[in-house]
Amino acid sequence: MATPDVTASETPVQAEETEAIRVTDLHKSFGTLEVLKGVSLTAHKGDVVAIIGGSGSGKSTFLRCINFLETPSSGQIVINGEEVLMRPDGSPVKRRQIERIRTRLGMVFQAFNLWTHRTLLENVIEVPVHVLKVPRDKAIERAKELLERVGLGDKADTFPSYLSGGQQQRAAIARALAVDPSVMLFDEPTSALDPELVGEVLTVIRDLAAEGRTMLLVTHEMKFAREVATHVVYLFEGRIEEQGPPAEVFGNPKSARLQQFLKTVG
Amino acid sequence: MELILDTLGLAKSAELLSLSPPGWGGNLLRGLANSLQIALGAFGFGLVIGLFGASGKLHGGVVVRDLLAIYTTVIRAVPELVLILILYYVGTDLINQAASALGYGRVEISGVVAGIWVLGIVQGAYATEVLRGAIQAIPQGQIEAARAFGMPPLMLMRRVTIPAMMSYATPGLANLWLIATKDTALLAIVGFSELTLETRQAASSTRAYFTFFLAAGALYMIVTLFSGAIFARIEKWARRGQPSLREAGK
Repeated sequence: MATPDVTASETPVQAEETEAIRVTDLHKSFGTLEVLKGVSLTAHKGDVVAIIGGSGSGKSTFLRCINFLETPSSGQIVINGEEVLMRPDGSPVKRRQIERIRTRLGMVFQAFNLWTHRTLLENVIEVPVHVLKVPRDKAIERAKELLERVGLGDKADTFPSYLSGGQQQRAAIARALAVDPSVMLFDEPTSALDPELVGEVLTVIRDLAAEGRTMLLVTHEMKFAREVATHVVYLFEGRIEEQGPPAEVFGNPKSARLQQFLKTVG
Repeated sequence: MELILDTLGLAKSAELLSLSPPGWGGNLLRGLANSLQIALGAFGFGLVIGLFGASGKLHGGVVVRDLLAIYTTVIRAVPELVLILILYYVGTDLINQAASALGYGRVEISGVVAGIWVLGIVQGAYATEVLRGAIQAIPQGQIEAARAFGMPPLMLMRRVTIPAMMSYATPGLANLWLIATKDTALLAIVGFSELTLETRQAASSTRAYFTFFLAAGALYMIVTLFSGAIFARIEKWARRGQPSLREAGK
């Protein structure tokens, strides 16, 4: 089990190259509705940042802005030391740059989003073979290892629709791992699952955290966040209301809103 | 064999339909081949128009969307027979005018090429709508996942959008193909010797109307049955990975 390293992200001065993601003053509006009102966050290599908050707090939007699935309205995003070039309206200047950066960010979605016309193995090798141009036999070998690792070794040739939500989500994690991501983005990975299936997915994520993968995790699972995160960020109405090591944020919340929030989610 | 035909009183029909002259069977089959050639060409051309049309309607700018709306509305509003007359005569006239303006003489336009163009433009309007609906039916998450993993737009179209929409598009496209095979009959009006025109000529020369139109009907029927079998296979392939409704209902 992972022992959360509460001091890692508190060290004041870190060398630049240990930064995995640095987001500065990120704003995002949908029409007149401002969802993100200036969020800044730095994740260092090996950090597991849990982003919590009520519905409508902007936590998913924030995560989706990092790989430009949503176009930010303004702000700065630096990934592995490379700044994403943005136009004044926030759209990326170079499509190829954002495509290249996206291949380094393995994303796991709330609704799994596996390609239903491909088997699990085909899902896992799709991006390595076609986007990253890895030789097919190498990709297959690696995909089999990954499926084995998430406990789906015997389901490689099954189509996603025939599997449970938990199995699909584990396959989606294998798909994200197949690109050997420098940062993994989890967008509420257990929110669409039946309660009895949540555990199996969390076990996989916990193992990834234990091996030192850098992760940004939007989640409703407070106990899990407390256990695996090195840093917790509480968003309220598009702003960071409170952040810190999990022991602080959960054990000794300072803001009244966070106290209220933790009380309601139990 | 001959005995059976004799007793059934079909000896004369068999003679009329024989493949070598004086029988007209060869003409009918040539007509069928022409019809299928045009139907295949028009269907393929229509698919290409449909793919671009659907992408344009879904992702294009205001001007592109408006132009495509005019295209699909007008083509689907006007009867095909009228469209064929307009497109055929206007099309050949425009090409001839252009040719003479550039200093060439009159251009002979092949009936097959003209037929493919005219029917292709008609098919394209319907295919645009079939494919637009199919693309919209794809769960958005699958497209989003492809984008999130850095797939460039053309690869995304080829690897995700097209395979994922196929199961929604196949029934509509099968309809379009069958309509294409029968719309070729309308080209008889511009004097193209497809199956229906060949049939009419054979019938009026021999006065055996019933024999020839029944034979033509049988040929169209065979094409339809054969197409049905092929589209059933395509649909089975396109729906791979999706549990059938029959299973789900159990």
